[in-house]
Amino acid sequence: MTTLAAPTRTTTLRDAIRDTLRGEMQRDPRVVLLGEDIGSYGGSYAVTRGLVEEFGTERVRDTPIAESAIVGAAVGAAMGGLRPVAELMTTNFALVAIDQIVNHAAKLRHMFGDQFGAPVVIRMVNGWGQLAATHSQSFDAWFAHVPGLHVVAPSTPSDAAGLLRNAMRGEDPVVFIEHSRQYSQKGAAPDDSDHVVPFGKARLVRPGRDVTLVAWSYCVPMAEAAADRLAADGIDAEVLDLRSLRPLDRDALVDSVRRTHRVVCVEESWRSFGVGAEVAATLQDLAFDELDAPVARVAAREVPMPYSKPLEAACLPAVDDIVAAVKAQIS
Amino acid sequence: MVFALSRQSAAPNVVPAAVSDLDLWDVHRAMLRVRRFEELAAQGYAAGKVGGFLHLAIGEEAVCVGASHVLAPHDHLLTHYRDHGWALVRGLEARRCMAELYGKATGVSGGRGGSMHFADARRRMWGGYAIVGGHLTLATGLAWAAKVQEPGTIACVVFGEGASNIGEFHEAANLAATWNLPILFLCENNGFGMGTRSERAAAVPDVARRAAAYGMPAWQVDGMDVADVVAGMREACAFVRSGEGPAILEAHTYRFRGHSMADPELYRDKKEVEVMRQRDPLAQVTATLRGIDATRVDEITAEVEAEMQAAVEFAETSPYPDVSTLEQGIVARHDGLSR
Repeated sequence: MTTLAAPTRTTTLRDAIRDTLRGEMQRDPRVVLLGEDIGSYGGSYAVTRGLVEEFGTERVRDTPIAESAIVGAAVGAAMGGLRPVAELMTTNFALVAIDQIVNHAAKLRHMFGDQFGAPVVIRMVNGWGQLAATHSQSFDAWFAHVPGLHVVAPSTPSDAAGLLRNAMRGEDPVVFIEHSRQYSQKGAAPDDSDHVVPFGKARLVRPGRDVTLVAWSYCVPMAEAAADRLAADGIDAEVLDLRSLRPLDRDALVDSVRRTHRVVCVEESWRSFGVGAEVAATLQDLAFDELDAPVARVAAREVPMPYSKPLEAACLPAVDDIVAAVKAQIS
Repeated sequence: MVFALSRQSAAPNVVPAAVSDLDLWDVHRAMLRVRRFEELAAQGYAAGKVGGFLHLAIGEEAVCVGASHVLAPHDHLLTHYRDHGWALVRGLEARRCMAELYGKATGVSGGRGGSMHFADARRRMWGGYAIVGGHLTLATGLAWAAKVQEPGTIACVVFGEGASNIGEFHEAANLAATWNLPILFLCENNGFGMGTRSERAAAVPDVARRAAAYGMPAWQVDGMDVADVVAGMREACAFVRSGEGPAILEAHTYRFRGHSMADPELYRDKKEVEVMRQRDPLAQVTATLRGIDATRVDEITAEVEAEMQAAVEFAETSPYPDVSTLEQGIVARHDGLSR
């Protein structure tokens, strides 16, 4: 059987996001962007470079350094009929806007009896790089805890485009998590201005028989590297990219554990009360009899991130840690 | 007596309140509806039929009635959690508001919001909000959307003076002024942030004076006098509607009841309340109208009473939301795809 593959092109994750923003702005005049230095500066990570020149300062709005106002204005504009995409320079600064994200964006639809929603995309950037304690965090699990939010985190240019487009065309608030260390990562993306990835669908990165490595965002390439290493030792690891944390694709987790019977969840944030804990609980609830070993978690050490390079490296999960966790589980 | 502050905040200029076209009969009916609604809500609370927090605005009715007289139906409106009066004068049905207090499926927010969260999107009443200051930045977004899509529409955001001390007030004011947004910050200054007198919480208790920090003009009005509120609103709204940018209107008012039904009012002298009750905006208007046509006052009173008793009856007899609907309306679609 022959299938017709959509034509693809090679692009970076940064360009995939920018091209999606541009395409949706061309398609829908209601789409507006706002954030700190997203205009003439081009964005802290150059994601929005060139867009203000193309669409003007009314649609690509630089804001004061005031995250509550950025998210609040975006939510209000969404209520008023615009389609805002807010950029928070880093996830760390989202804490300044947490009232707007959790108490407002997430609540409006239900609290007012489903009369209106807040179709707003809140882009934020995880990452690290000797930036110390307040600039090296990820709060994926915090946001994924909140009913009313969608929380997605792509690991490839194709998913970045498809998830962002779905977010921008949807009717609800979406926390869209990017990673500073992935912007230049290249990959194939469909050359399709309607390419959409629905939320709540994990991506099977590579099938395997012996263990499932669950990851998302920056941890996906780490899991793939670990799978390569394990293959050399005769261990066939499956890699599952969650892509979407809320809703979480519990079916995909169960399907995978039915194949492999072992799971290692890799995450870049602190272990306690994290996404890995939710994955473990999910599998215990839904696939207890399929598990040949307790679900293992590879996560960050539970310390505020230090500046010094060796200390920082010691905090973060590494490919070695994943390999070791799998071998410990199998032995 | 309306006081106007320039963008540079010189001493306030006194602007004579010139409102000769106000129909006092309409004003009387509107204030009476709000008053009776809240008195019956308090009864429902005392009887255990209304739960949660119940914040009454009894004594403050002149502000919402006067302001709504000036706002256009297409203007956006957001309020704080003391929202009953604002909802009623905006046109939300009293019976559906009462049903919301009773937590019934027929409530304006389907029984999901309660006292603090009355909304009607069709009337652009975008709701009462219960995180102090949180709705102020939402209003900047609505004003932005109005500026882009329908010039001439403004956003009016109602807040208490207590909210002017939280960061989101300053973020919203700065953004509104920087982006030249059509937004009226309408402060109901009732003198207390819950039980703390504003002089103890604010370095500059007159919220209108803070406007100068953001290059906005401001108006101060007597919030116990409907005509004064209307006069100030006309000037402030005309300024905002002209596209010149945001403004603040501060209405000095007073609540006769506690912060909420749970408030023992240990922080103020009962005599102060009695003195302020002499300025009851409803009583003043009622007395004036009784001198003109006492029979008509009685007729209106009976009509309002019938409406509000029917509202209670409607709330009492409406069904609770079915628990099977609990998880509906949290997101439009789980997969994020458009409906």
